[in-house]
Amino acid sequence: MHELSIALSMLDVVAEEAERQGGGRVVAIHMKLGPLSGVVKQALISAYELAREGTGMETAELLVEDVPIVAFCGLCGGLKPIASMVELVCPDCGEPTPEIINGRELEVVGLEISES
Amino acid sequence: MNETPRLVQVRQRVLKQNDVAARALRDRFHDRGTYVVSLVSSPGSGKTAFLESTLGALRSRYRAAALVGDLATDNDAKRLARSGVPVKQIITGTVCHLEARMVEDAFEEWRDEPLDFLFVENVGNLVCPATFDLGEALRLILFSVTEGEDKPRKYPTIFHTSDVAVITKIDLAAAVEFDAGAAHRDIQAVRPGMEMLSVSSKTGQGMDDWIASLIARREAAFAL
Repeated sequence: MHELSIALSMLDVVAEEAERQGGGRVVAIHMKLGPLSGVVKQALISAYELAREGTGMETAELLVEDVPIVAFCGLCGGLKPIASMVELVCPDCGEPTPEIINGRELEVVGLEISES
Repeated sequence: MNETPRLVQVRQRVLKQNDVAARALRDRFHDRGTYVVSLVSSPGSGKTAFLESTLGALRSRYRAAALVGDLATDNDAKRLARSGVPVKQIITGTVCHLEARMVEDAFEEWRDEPLDFLFVENVGNLVCPATFDLGEALRLILFSVTEGEDKPRKYPTIFHTSDVAVITKIDLAAAVEFDAGAAHRDIQAVRPGMEMLSVSSKTGQGMDDWIASLIARREAAFAL
């Protein structure tokens, strides 16, 4: 259950960023999550709901956007969507695609801040 | 009161603090000439036996040490200490993985020790350690022939963050009808191009090749 460590770390990042943006009450946290991050969305949301207690972030909703895996196919010479994380091959030509472009994300990408 | 919140764009890694700590560790180890290897696996895959053999093979020519993560006991650290190198336990309590800070804290005592190799044995777990960078130069994922061939398909993210797949207890392969071809195919499906080794800590099979490749990696890393 490493999601709790991750949720706590996220709260630190959010608090720091909100402070840098001039303070206010965080009402929503937008994040991007890739399947290769090793983090399970539902577990992260549950952990977050526990972790935010007593931090002043109780009313901040966590909104998670799933990012699909995209890899570079050297044979076709382009970016390709990868359907399965256990079969990293180009969907068009079948060539193995070790070069991952997207899918590892575990990032905070936006905050909604209310002045009140 | 009906105020619309303002939206601010941010781009921050959630594990920023761990990443910063890991990067600082990596720089520090690099400056000191210490090549850091971490090991991840499920419990009972032979991580400690593999590390014992590795330390035994290195100790006459290199200064090596090991940090061992475990939930509660120091059994593994005691076992490794018999190989005659400095060993330190990191007891994680209920935490299912190591983080860069834990490595940093544990290493503090050895800060002035000249070390050629440092091994970091993670908590036995194929899920949680995947997400945390420890500042290592090389990460090994170990799985034994007795666990079955399908480990890569069941735990792809740990293979994604590791550099070398090590199949252990290869001396038992025939007894458990381990399908090496299927295991190799699965590793390559999950992580195309991944380097693979097969070893037996008991018979020594594959260990000479591993030690030679480890020494070569260190020499390449420090341009020796």
